[in-house]
Amino acid sequence: MNKFILKRIMGLIFLLFGITVVTFIVIHIAPGKPTDLEAQFNPKVSMEARERISHLYGLDKPLAIQYIEWLKRVVRLDFGISFMDSRPVMQKILERIPITLTIELISIVLILLIGIPIGVISAVKEGSFYDKFMTVFVFIGFAAPTFWLSLILMDFIGVRWGLLPISGIKSLEFEKFGFLEKAIDISKHLVLPVLVSAFGGLAGISRYMRSSMLNVLKQDYIRTARAKGLTEKEVLYKHALKNALLPVVTILGLSVPGLIGGSVIFESIFSIPGMGRLFYESVMARDYPVIMGVLVIGAILTLLGNLLADISYAAVDPRIKLE
Amino acid sequence: MTMHLELLKIDSLHKTFKKHKVTAVDNASFSIFKGEVLGLVGESGCGKSTLAKLILRLIDADKGSIFYKNKDLLKISNGDMRKARKDLQIIFQDPYASLDPSMRIGEVIEEVYSIHKNVSWHERKNKTIELLETVGLGESYLNRLPSELSGGERQRAGIARTLATDPEFIICDEPVSSLDISIQAQILNLLIELQKRKNLTYLFISHDLGIIASVCDRVIVMRSGKFVEEGQCEAIFINPKHDYTKELLTSSIGFLDKKPK
Repeated sequence: MNKFILKRIMGLIFLLFGITVVTFIVIHIAPGKPTDLEAQFNPKVSMEARERISHLYGLDKPLAIQYIEWLKRVVRLDFGISFMDSRPVMQKILERIPITLTIELISIVLILLIGIPIGVISAVKEGSFYDKFMTVFVFIGFAAPTFWLSLILMDFIGVRWGLLPISGIKSLEFEKFGFLEKAIDISKHLVLPVLVSAFGGLAGISRYMRSSMLNVLKQDYIRTARAKGLTEKEVLYKHALKNALLPVVTILGLSVPGLIGGSVIFESIFSIPGMGRLFYESVMARDYPVIMGVLVIGAILTLLGNLLADISYAAVDPRIKLE
Repeated sequence: MTMHLELLKIDSLHKTFKKHKVTAVDNASFSIFKGEVLGLVGESGCGKSTLAKLILRLIDADKGSIFYKNKDLLKISNGDMRKARKDLQIIFQDPYASLDPSMRIGEVIEEVYSIHKNVSWHERKNKTIELLETVGLGESYLNRLPSELSGGERQRAGIARTLATDPEFIICDEPVSSLDISIQAQILNLLIELQKRKNLTYLFISHDLGIIASVCDRVIVMRSGKFVEEGQCEAIFINPKHDYTKELLTSSIGFLDKKPK
């Protein structure tokens, strides 16, 4: 087991290296330059001045050299300095990561808590009104664009009915609040983003759970369990659910990239100062060091998600032996 | 047959699968006597397995009755039926699919004890080992998963699971048809030996007349949901009355030459 994990981690390091090469190239050949933001709309900035800025950032060197220089710094965990505000990239990311991870974690827990029962009950009552209704419901969540859904929710719940705040994670008078009020305030701000983030992920888990459960319920050993004299509940929740959950565990680890991608959209819309919004802002400003920093962190989280999926799959399924 | 105590009395049992418009079991009536091995023979798809599942209420019958100990199994509550499962068991055809892949062999058997509470808590492990030895497996199989076992070993584990409730009636639903020929005889011998030792009553389902001839006392011949002939095994094999039985016999004449009884 340990040997397997070590081997996988070695493999992941090479994979991560490959990812950085590709993203570095793609980001740099994309149209637009970091100097544009500072200089393009200012007629007083001359060509020489732009070149001076380019030289300062090291952008006039060949791409390969730039990459090697970047890599040399990154292996020492130094992601460089942001073009925008000259602060260390690492620091900018670290102060943004907790909020994003918190939202993702709550979303995942919500998706599991709601999606698994939806899928299981749909399978048990296959073809019923409940099953059909839930199918439509989760596919609406899957199909509705995040930004549209966010705006609709903001308009109705936030603006028209005034039930929840629609932007940021803290109220203006946050500093004056006591501990409990602070917690309530942050929770209120998180309701909409978490809902939006979880709604889209519901379809994947619940449909997967449904088909997995249907498949298991057709198996002979379910009939054996009934013949043994177990109650229907024990048959469903002991024998069937246990076997049906296995494949769903894998999906969970693999859903990390989707959540990270989704955070870019809803964090921008809800003005949440998380990693997604940092990424959006840095892309708009062509702030290469920050873009690369966020991408590397995102890639590491994704790869860890995959690794966790493999390990947990083996942990819950005694049939799988990791060699 | 010395005993004539009627164990199960099945009366005009009927099942139609509406989706496919197939009448799988058409007004089946018969009795099973204590201590006998009753064979049920017929070609694939004639409703043998459906009949087996109907008797144990693993699927719902359209109409009819199944009397066991003066109670109609089709009329008792689900809870009472679960209790009755202690006495009425089934060995399934496919030992690969009929064991929960995530449960160890020991757990499979101990679960039976925890359902029916027929063995006290601290005796469970010893009883499980004893049972595994009875079916020709040993203590070393306690912590094995079904996927680590061969087909014959799995069917032995399946038989152990069936015996764990200490039943008096067992339906053997083609218990050897998915096994290698070389293993078939071993499993059949085990089943016969257990039947004699524990005075069990079997409903033995097979499409193989050779196997039926070697294990059964009486036999029922079934064709597309209907019973066509019923009688003592010897009588039917020597002097079949119905054309379909004759047809079955001529098509499997090779087996009958080697009839072991």
